[in-house]
Amino acid sequence: MRKVSRRELLRAGGVGAAAVVGGGLLGRVGRAEEHRHGAAAGQGTGHGEATAHGGMGTIGTVDHARNGFDPSEILYDWDLGEVSRRGDQTVREYRIVAIDKEVEIAPGVFFPAWTYNGSIPGPTLRATEGDRLRIEFVNGGAHPHTIHFHGLHSARMDGVPGIGAGDVMPGDSTVYEFDAFPFGCHLYHCHSAPLKRHIHKGLYGAFVIDPDPARHPDQADAARRRSYEGAREANVREMVMVMNGFDTTFDGENEVYAVNSIAFGYQVAPIRVGNDEDIRVYLVNLTEFDPINSFHLHGNFFDYYDTGTSLVPTVHTDTIMQCQAQRGILEFNFRGYEPGMHMFHAHQTEFVELGWMGFFDVVEGRP
Amino acid sequence: MSARTQEAPPRRGPPRWLLGILPLLVLGALLFAFVRIDPLSGLREEFPPVEELTVERAVLESPTGIVLTVRNGGPDPVTVAQVLVDEAYWNFTIDGDATIERLGRATIRIPYPWGEGEAHEVTLISSTGVTFAHEIAVAVETPETTGKTLLTFTLLGIFVGVIPVLLGLTWLPFVRRLPDQWVRFFLALTAGLLVFLAVDALDEALEASEGVAGAFQGLGLIVIGVVVALAALYALDGWMRQRRHGDLSPLYVALLIAVGIGLHNLGEGLAIGAAYALGEVGLTAFLILGFTLHNVTEGLGIVTPLARARPTLLQLAGLGLIAGVPTIIGTWSGGLGYSPILAVLFLSIGAGAIVQVVWEIGKLLTREGKPLSAPLNSIGFAAGVLVMYLTGLAVAA
Repeated sequence: MRKVSRRELLRAGGVGAAAVVGGGLLGRVGRAEEHRHGAAAGQGTGHGEATAHGGMGTIGTVDHARNGFDPSEILYDWDLGEVSRRGDQTVREYRIVAIDKEVEIAPGVFFPAWTYNGSIPGPTLRATEGDRLRIEFVNGGAHPHTIHFHGLHSARMDGVPGIGAGDVMPGDSTVYEFDAFPFGCHLYHCHSAPLKRHIHKGLYGAFVIDPDPARHPDQADAARRRSYEGAREANVREMVMVMNGFDTTFDGENEVYAVNSIAFGYQVAPIRVGNDEDIRVYLVNLTEFDPINSFHLHGNFFDYYDTGTSLVPTVHTDTIMQCQAQRGILEFNFRGYEPGMHMFHAHQTEFVELGWMGFFDVVEGRP
Repeated sequence: MSARTQEAPPRRGPPRWLLGILPLLVLGALLFAFVRIDPLSGLREEFPPVEELTVERAVLESPTGIVLTVRNGGPDPVTVAQVLVDEAYWNFTIDGDATIERLGRATIRIPYPWGEGEAHEVTLISSTGVTFAHEIAVAVETPETTGKTLLTFTLLGIFVGVIPVLLGLTWLPFVRRLPDQWVRFFLALTAGLLVFLAVDALDEALEASEGVAGAFQGLGLIVIGVVVALAALYALDGWMRQRRHGDLSPLYVALLIAVGIGLHNLGEGLAIGAAYALGEVGLTAFLILGFTLHNVTEGLGIVTPLARARPTLLQLAGLGLIAGVPTIIGTWSGGLGYSPILAVLFLSIGAGAIVQVVWEIGKLLTREGKPLSAPLNSIGFAAGVLVMYLTGLAVAA
């Protein structure tokens, strides 16, 4: 900042004297002007319509087609793998390719990302407790990468450098193989060094293991309801949200925060839900550089299952926080609610204004 | 050396002018080939573009609105993708294309409800994710060009520049009655004052150059300002001497001093006006008295060469105005339309002009074969620097 140096002018603590200029400008400034473009917050909007928040937000739109993924679709995009049987065990085979790719994380802002299968987060892998999982990993990127799963597996299958397959070199591939345990909401990410760079560049995804009702006879109904098929039978709307951030200047601080990568993605395109359906959110925190991230739902409370490893809620609240790699399941509904826009966002307000904010567009019935 | 080698030997072949521009023709051909063949195209793909944006001016509108003038001082075009204020993405409009070409300029309007007296940081994010931050240290509404604000800035300039210089001129009767060696003492003191001012102007120019977009080379502007001022005044000096066949009149030296001080005060007015408009300084009676005390010495500098001359009152007043009035022009342009490029140029021109004036004073001191190294001269010179420093304390907070 430029200063007047020669005479080391008095730096006015207050600015009273400065008000001489222009005369009486005090009292005319500092009032926020309401800027409402399109539909204002709190009123129902059509899908894809921008919901302005007092002038805060990005300008323009993200070209999801060029990115190759759309946050509105990633919510519901489950990768169940290629299913086969081996004896009495279900075998699920997945294929994940590391791809270097430029991703538009906010309108007009491009991030040189490293991705699994071209999207951030990578594919949401879903299996059932006890399934045999075979994940073929092909490194199509320019750096060594791995996939490190959170869950139970041998050291050889841990996806860390120097153990088992270790770093998978560019052009090489490997297969991670283990049984899916424990049930819950998990994650996977690259574990190559430097670790924080490999994570913040985009190499991560959600990994959901459904409980097998047969293994939980006392809670068979709850376990069934938690499963992929059971959720669909019971009209539970399931979605995946990965909280993340992007450090576009590579200075160890994120310029963009989001769920599922696109700043204000669900503000621009609110998530349409019905007031006659149950909603389940698999929430994973993969934000780098910040110790915690959080989730807050407006005008409603939810049951939270920390790590999803229990069929009994951990807490009933409207705000939870997660450290990096912490995750859990949120269950709630809008029964008895009139249609309207319900905001959800991190309750670190800094993250909100840097992109981690969205809306549930609650409509009648089941959309 | 023989006479033959001194003359250009007669030669056949291409005319001289062609030989003169031959290297330029070769250079042109090389540039053309470079652009057509583009031998570095393979290299360029490997590197992200080098981006540089400089906020040249931030205007705060009441009650809502920040208007930035942004300059691309880097080698590549820069696309402004998003704008943050205080770490929040904010709506904005950009006049013209969001892609600012090299050396191009754009105006960005942000409907942000800024807070009176608070600090704000505006960050521009380019399409490649590079950020450019601009700090608004103390937010106050940018004054509009109205009769009232013009009057305010005029008064500011009069208090800071004109009144002190005119007051200083009233030392003339005193220096008239001084014996010769004491006149020289005060001339040396004037040189000391001026050296202090020159260093100060350079320092301010350096500081202002930080706000100049990279391609415009703030440091280069300083060199240009100093050298052009020196060369121009030196040439003027030579021309005057030729016309007058000898020494310069004391009035002319006083005029040179007034011009040098005036240029310095113009740059200073720019800085003060800008700082005042940005809310960085507040005017108090103490501060104004400090300025008066500090700048009174500038008037002394102007009248000392006139100790043995007989200037008319009109001439004296003219000298005072030449030195003082530029402060007003400075406060106007600084307060109402600050440009870091102009500020750097004016300040460095002032520095160059002052150096030339010190040179002239040195010549006055050595007139009639008097030694420059007289003890009283050295003491006077040191005293001049010291006086500037001590009176400067009065305006330091």
